[in-house]
Order: sequence, then structure tokens, then C-alpha cells
Amino acid sequence: MASSWRLATIYARRELRGGLAGFRVFLACLTLGVAAIAGVGSVSSALVEGLSQEGQTILGGDVALRLAHRQATPEELAYISEGTRVTKSAEMRAMAQAPRTDERTLIELKSVDGFYPLYGEVTLEPKMDLAQALEQRDGRFGVAVEPNLMDRLNARVGDILKIGELNVELRAVIEHEPDRVGGGLALGPRVFLSDAAMADTGLIRRGSLVQFYYRVQMPEASRTNAAVAAWVNELRETLPDAGWRIQDRSDSAPSVRRFVERVALFLSLVGLTALVVGGVGVGNAVNSYLEGKREVIATFKCLGAPGGLIFQMYLVQVMVLALVGVVLGLMLGSLIPFIVQQVAGDMIPIPTRFAVYTGPLVLAGAYGLLTALAFAIWPLARAREIPASSLFRDLITPTRRWPRVPYVLATGLALLGLVGLAVGLTEERLFAIWFVVGAAASFVILRFTAVGFMALAKRAPRIRVPELRLAIANLHRPGAATSSVVLSLGLGLTLLVAVSLIDGNISKQVSDELPDRAPSFFFVDIGPDQVDGFEALVRSVDGVDEFNRVPMLRGKITDVAGTASEDLSVPPNVKWALQGDRGITYSRDMPDGSTLVRGEWWPEDYDGKMLVSLSEELALGFGVGPGDEITVNVLGRNLTAEIANTREIDWTTVGINFVLVFSPGVLESAPHTFLATVSMEGGDEAGLQRSVTRAYPNITSVRVKEALEAVNNMVQDFALAVRAISMVTLIAGVLVLGGAMAAGHRRRVYDAVVLKVLGATRRRILTAYLYEYALLGFGTAVIASAAGSFVAWLVITQVMDARWTFLPGTLIATVVGASILTIVLGLAGTWQALSAKAAPVLRAE
Amino acid sequence: MNVDQTSASPSLVSTTGDAVVQLRDVHLTLPSDAGDVNILRGISLDIAKGEAVGLVGPSGSGKSTLLMVLAGLERQSSGSVHLAGADFSTLNEDGLAKFRLAHVGIVFQSFHLIPTMTALENVAVPLELAGHPDPFGKAAEELGHVGLEHRLSHYPGQLSGGEQQRVALARAVAGDPDILLADEPTGNLDRTTGEQIIELMFDLHKRRGTTMVLITHDVDLAQACDRVVRLRDGQVESIAPGTGRVIPSDELAGDEVTG
Repeated sequence: MASSWRLATIYARRELRGGLAGFRVFLACLTLGVAAIAGVGSVSSALVEGLSQEGQTILGGDVALRLAHRQATPEELAYISEGTRVTKSAEMRAMAQAPRTDERTLIELKSVDGFYPLYGEVTLEPKMDLAQALEQRDGRFGVAVEPNLMDRLNARVGDILKIGELNVELRAVIEHEPDRVGGGLALGPRVFLSDAAMADTGLIRRGSLVQFYYRVQMPEASRTNAAVAAWVNELRETLPDAGWRIQDRSDSAPSVRRFVERVALFLSLVGLTALVVGGVGVGNAVNSYLEGKREVIATFKCLGAPGGLIFQMYLVQVMVLALVGVVLGLMLGSLIPFIVQQVAGDMIPIPTRFAVYTGPLVLAGAYGLLTALAFAIWPLARAREIPASSLFRDLITPTRRWPRVPYVLATGLALLGLVGLAVGLTEERLFAIWFVVGAAASFVILRFTAVGFMALAKRAPRIRVPELRLAIANLHRPGAATSSVVLSLGLGLTLLVAVSLIDGNISKQVSDELPDRAPSFFFVDIGPDQVDGFEALVRSVDGVDEFNRVPMLRGKITDVAGTASEDLSVPPNVKWALQGDRGITYSRDMPDGSTLVRGEWWPEDYDGKMLVSLSEELALGFGVGPGDEITVNVLGRNLTAEIANTREIDWTTVGINFVLVFSPGVLESAPHTFLATVSMEGGDEAGLQRSVTRAYPNITSVRVKEALEAVNNMVQDFALAVRAISMVTLIAGVLVLGGAMAAGHRRRVYDAVVLKVLGATRRRILTAYLYEYALLGFGTAVIASAAGSFVAWLVITQVMDARWTFLPGTLIATVVGASILTIVLGLAGTWQALSAKAAPVLRAE
Repeated sequence: MNVDQTSASPSLVSTTGDAVVQLRDVHLTLPSDAGDVNILRGISLDIAKGEAVGLVGPSGSGKSTLLMVLAGLERQSSGSVHLAGADFSTLNEDGLAKFRLAHVGIVFQSFHLIPTMTALENVAVPLELAGHPDPFGKAAEELGHVGLEHRLSHYPGQLSGGEQQRVALARAVAGDPDILLADEPTGNLDRTTGEQIIELMFDLHKRRGTTMVLITHDVDLAQACDRVVRLRDGQVESIAPGTGRVIPSDELAGDEVTG
């Protein structure tokens, strides 16, 4: 066995001297796919590594504690300050106005003390210390702001801003805020001010939606993950009822990390699809290479070479070439992070560690080689069956036999290896499995559709227009490229259609449909003493047609049915509810947009033990129901309530709703503020905002339109990345298409010459080819549009629970684009065939 | 019989009616790495309507090239080519294609069937191109004439050499051409199969009155034509009358022209 491989290698080397012609597409397909996967892997490694290495900086400390509504008690503060350095900050949303320009905007306000930041550095423009920027000068505090605030308020350094009830001086623009990433979704620009200034704004009132952060720096010796974890455990045991969200440096920005990992997973799966599409090109290239080697193979057989040796000989050649393609791809892929750094380094909001990461490269290389194997074994195994006698018999139709069982199994194993790697190496196994199932199903569906397409062409009635009949006949001829074109181009197009439709649907929801149903404004931090005056003010404005208000507090679920929330193991879809504090409310009546599922709503005059209504999704996730108890920490007090009922909540109405709604009573007497929504029809939104800010400087208004725009921009950025990587799949498809066209080139030249001999003019031959490519491109695009629409519909309606809108524009663009692409690529190759002189071709055959 | 005195090389002009083929001092020079090669050097030849001409000569004498010129697949460097009243020098590539469609059928030594089309489709192509009202019916009929009615949906690769050549013959004559050109049609076939093809060809020639130009190495086969034109070094070496009848196979000798 070993010696036969040695011999195979020797022969393979001799054969490779013939050059790599005919393997350009083979190499391009592998290089492209491997580069895409290696690139995505390297970039995400750079991001995740950056997050992990900069954990302290992102978190702003070794440990960060967050409290809603309240500050730490002196005892709590004393405990956490023992032997450590602690910086305290308060963060909330508020309004800033610029009296000079009479503009106002929502801001993300953050007050800091003299210890901030514990790690990293705040850099400002003009250059100054943060303390200098925020200090009181001539009785006036200063603020430092993010650059986009300047645009929104049309302000400049030196302007006076009004925040709450306090006038401050805009002293500097923030160039870099070290712990910005950990902050979550920002609806407005960041504004820094000092502790003392914050107190003077009057924004921190009983019940305001403010979060207090205590960031802790351990003594030098204890700055290890283990020491930090031990400290956190002790903190949990000593102060179990503080109700704070505790984060440590080992996972400083879990949601960002999860987001990066998920996006990376999705993009690498798309890259894998591109590789598999390229695999079709690999298979085609191997096939046509071997077709050209029939004589050589038959000669070897005549000389006594066994089929196994033939297989080994060509496998060695193919795998050597595959290795070349993979290495090229890895080289290209490992460059991608550096290109990203050059092009977009400044736009990446999280710290990055660009370097060559071996992990993603090894994985991409393995994907590449497995793909080459999976698609090469089949034609190689068929080539070993070429009989010696084919030297003497001119068989034009290729043998259509299945390879022997071991080779079929080997192909299956290689495919299984690909799937195993894709699914096995991720934590998001379910997603990966669904993606693989989806891609495999699309592959199979496209394959069958291609067969059906060809069968249809075969059964099509004979059309009187000879050019069209020739075109249709060309689609189903033996050796026609139809099948591989439908498959490869189809898969790329399916993905592109699906992504475009999903993206289009989300965009439409966010920019067209949500605003129709959503209120125009959310107002938060309305004090109990302000509620009536505020309502009167709002109702007096023209165009306001709906006003709703609910009390709102923030609370953290600490215990569910007797189990501490840290010890609960819940499915991923409800994990969020246990992380940090949630908005909660109390109500006598069931909120609109709710449907009772289990239990009963409490009577209107209920005045007994504290009850809670839970969303059915959470109840199922927690495994609880009516009768069980839930404990929520509100303002440092643990309140235990019995679950009275569960509700199905329709979130798409964008009304006010909460997963936790309590019975009135205890919460009524807790300090809290109100949340109000206002719908306007055709009124002056800016005017309303202006009047409210003027009358109630502490009330924060969120213009839904602006917030939705912020969300939409994020969706668009994300969609762009997805679309870019989908293009890789499409390019792979185009490569395969080009390869298939090139492989058929000799045949086309010959066909064209014979047709000319039989009296066809160049125009008629061209017309026939034009029809053929148009039919091929159109057919593929129609199939891909159908498949892509189905996938998008599935994702929108079943995964996202949103309403499906059919977007014909996207589909038409796809169909037209694909048809043109096929025609152009096809004709590019055919042009030469048309101009070929007949006599030399006829003599050569 | 009438020798054209204007030509430098010996030539023979048919006397049996209107010339359907008229070549005057045809030269053809092709460029090659080793300099220009004069393949045809002043050929003049008339062929009458309905006449069968055997074209013989050693390898490299220019037979096949002359046939290509007659088919409009190769363009003469100088001289004039008239077929069925058309002056080839006034026709472009597409004009020549249309001319072939209307007037010429060609049979090649290596068949030149389109491998991805069935026998029926191969024969139907020229009929379709010519806008025949029932191309496939007529194609099937032609295949029936050459004894292949049971092979209509076979691809060339599934047919024997003789069968392929019969398909090619059916294709060549399907459009009722005025002129049938055949370049060693039996060269790739065994003797028996070759004879069947030849019989078919002469039968069609007789039945339809088709003018026929036949390149062959086979002296006896050439002799069966009305005239035998012998080429050497791109020139007409001699022209002799043939017997005008196909010799039954048992009388055929294995002599070949060696030139």
C-alpha cells in the first residue's frame, strides 16, 4: 500500500509537469472560500482577544457593580472600599439644551468622581485633564461631550448648555472614553460631568431612572481573574441582598462578546457556504481534467496499472493543487484583519488585537482541504473505472456510473467532517445546525430543481424558432453545465435574496411600519408631583391624539421559586431577564396588548398580599406558574410576590408593557417616577419637546423616530457586513459559472463551426447562445428567488415573529441581474467560438 | 472536353451542360512558421450540373483544401470561385453560410456530427435553419433512407462509425443541396461499411441529380465518377473520364493511388 502511494506520487509529479492549466477556477474557488473563512475568523479573534485583554479597561475596573435608583449604603460602600480603590459614577438619560441655538437633544449623562478612570485614559480635545474639564470655574461647572452632540445642538466649545436645572460650560470634546463599549446601546451622545455638578442638576430625584456604578480596582497583587472571582464570591455572600449587577474583568462586555461571536459564526458559516459552492467548481475542474486524461488513464491501464493506483495518482495531484489553493487562501485571509485595521480601524468601537491567529487559520485550512476532498473523490473514483479499451473505442458520452462504495463513503465522511467542524466548534450549536440544515436543504433542492429544469427542457415541445429550440436543447444535452450553474450560482443567489429580503423587511418594519404604530415620544422620569401638570401641558399641544402613562421602577429578579437567580439554569432566550435590573410597574388593570394565559387577573380593588403577573415566555423559561413566588430587589429591598397569572405580550404594538406587572400596594409607596407615551398626528414634535424641556428640565424625552433611526442604522451596518460576505458566495458561484463556461468552450467552438458548415450565420448562432444563457440565468434566478424568499419568510415570521412583507423589487433586481450576469459571462466565452475559422477546427478533429 | 488555354496548369472544363462549379486560377496561400505555404497553385475547373467528379491525389496535394474552398469554408488568395451562379468573392462569412444552407451538403471523413445532439437533431439542424415546415419529420425520413430509422434518438457516441457517417450523409442531403461535397467519406470506415456509404451516395446522386465532388484515395471509387481529377502540389495534374458506375464489391481491388 505504502509503495503504491510512493509510485502514485512519482507519476503524479510527472503529470504535474504538464502545468496547471485548467485549474485556475479550482484554485480560485478554494482560495476565495478559505480566505473568506480565515479572514472572518482572524478579525473576530482580533476583536474577542481585544475584549478579553482589555477587560479591565472596558469594564472600567476589576469589578463593576451597578445599582438602579439608589446609591450604595455606607455599609456597602465601606465593604467594597476595604483595601481597594473605588470610583463611583451615576449614569442616566437626560436632555441637554443649548440656549444659544435653542436646540435640544437626548444625552447619555455620566457623572464621575476624581478616581475615574481606574484603567485607561480619557482623552479630550482641546488637550486637558478630565478633572480640568469638569471643574467649577467662576461658579460654573464644565462638561465634556461626544462630538455628535456638537452637531445635534449646533454647539461649539465654550457654549453654555442647560442640563436639568443647571447651566454648564461645554469645555471639551471627548476623543476617547475607555469604558464606552461596556455601556450598551447609546441613544444619544455621552456627556461627562462631575459628581457635584450632577447633584446640582436636580435630575436625581426619588425614583429617577438613574444607575449608580461602583467600579472597583483591586490591589496590585490581587488583579488576577481568580482573586477577583474570590472577592466577588465573598461579596455575594456578605451582601446577598444588595441587588446589584456584578460584572468582573474576565468577561467585561458579555453582550458585545456574544454579539461578535454570533456575527463571526454567521459570517463563517456563510464563508463555508461560499467554499461549498466553490466545491462544485472544484468537482467540475477535476472532472474536466480527468476527461482530458482518459487516454493517459487508459494507457496506464493497458500497461497494467490497477484502478487504485490511478485513483491515488490523481488524488495526489488534486490534493497538491488543493494545498496550493488553501495556502494562497490562508495568506490572503490572514491579511484581511490588517486591511480591516487600515480601512476601518477607527470605526471599530471596541479594542482590537490585530495579529496572525493560528486557530482560525488552521480551521480555514481544514475546511479547504475537506471541501477539496469531498468534491474530488467522486470524479476521481469514477476515473479509476475508465477501461483500458477506451483507448480503442471513441466513447463520447461519459460513463455515468456511481463510484464504488468505499469512495462514496469517503465523500460522505469528508462532508461529515465539514459539518462536524462547523457545528462542533461553536457554542451556538443549534444555530449552526439550522444553518447547515438550511444550506444542505438548499443544495439538495437546487440539485433536484436543476434536474427538473433539464427534464423540462428535454420535454419542451419543439419550438418553431430554431435558435430558441437549439438553446432549450443545449440546456439538457449530455455534459451541459446547467446542473452545476443552477447549483452554484443558485446557492449564492439564494443566500443573497434571503439576506436582502430579511434586511429589507427589518428596515421596512423599523422605518415604515413601526413609526405608524409607535408613539411619537417616550417621556421618562416624570415625578409623581409632575404627572398632572405634564399631562395637561402635553394635551394642550396641537396634534397630540394619545397620551398614556404608567408608573415605572427598576428591579432585579433575585429569586425564582426559592432558587437564587445566580443558581438558576434557564434557556438562553430568557437569560436576559436575570441579567441586571428590569423595568417593572404596578397596575390595577391588565395592560393593553396582553392576553391572559394562565391564572386570573386580580380584582380592581385588590388590597392583599403582593401579586405579580409574569410574561408567559419568562414563566416557561423559568419553569414557574401561578402560585410560585418571585423575589425582586427594588431600591435595595427584596420584595417577594406570588405569581397570580401569566400573559402573552404582543410587543409589536410598541405600547407600554412590562414582563413583570405587580399588584398595586407596596410599590405604590416606593419612590418612583412615571413613563409616558405620546402619539402625535401631524403636530409640531420639536415644539412639544421644547415646551416639555422648558417646563420640566428633569424629564427626558426620547423621540421614537430618532431612536428607531439609531436602531435602523445599526441594522444597516450589520446588513452591509452580511451582504458583503454573501457576495463572496455569489463570487464563488460566478467563478464556478465561469469555469463551467470555460470547460464547455472547446465544445462550443466545435459546435459553432459545425453549425456554420451547415449554413448557420454568426447572428443565428449568437442568438441561440443568447437565448441559452438568458434561460439559464433566468431559470436559476427564479429558483433562487423562490428558495431565498422561503428562507427569508421563515426567518421573519418564525424566528423574528415579525410581519412578512413581500418585496418584489429585490426579486426583480435579482432575476434581471443574474440573467445579465450569465449572458455576459457566457457570451464573453462564446465570442471567440463565433469567430473561430472553420477549416482548422474541422481538420483538427 | 475542352482545355482552357488561358490557364498555366492543365485543366478540364466539363462539356455536359451548364457549369454549376466554376473555378478560375484559384490560388491559396497559408502562412506558417516556416514561411508561406502555397497549397493551391492556379486551379481552374468547371463541373457540370449533375456531374460526379472524383478528386484524387497524394497526401498534401491540396484535395481537402480545394474542397474547403468549394464549401466556402476557406477563402482563395486569388482567382475566382463561382458556385451555382454565386461569386464567392462577393460573399462574407455569413453570406457563405447562407449559401451553403441553400446549395451545399458536406460529408467529412470524421463525420463532424455534433456529439451532444441525437441523430435526429443532427439531421434536423440544416432543415430548421432553412425554415423547413417539418424539420424533424423530414429528418426522420432522411434517416430512414439511410437505414437508420431505429436510431433516431441515439447520440453519435452510441453509434458505430458507419452509422455516424450515414447520419452525416442524411444531414448533408436533407436540404436537397445542388452540390454534395464529400471528403474521404469512407476513410474512417471498414471496407464493407464504406461500400454501403458509397452506394448510398451514388444512389442519392443519381436519384436527385445532385452534383457531387468526391475526394478519395480509392482509385476504383474515383473511377466510378464521371470524371477523375488528379491533383499534385496544388495543381491539376490530369483529368480523365471515369466509368460512371459503381463497381460491385467483389470486383474491387485493393489498389490505392500513391501518386
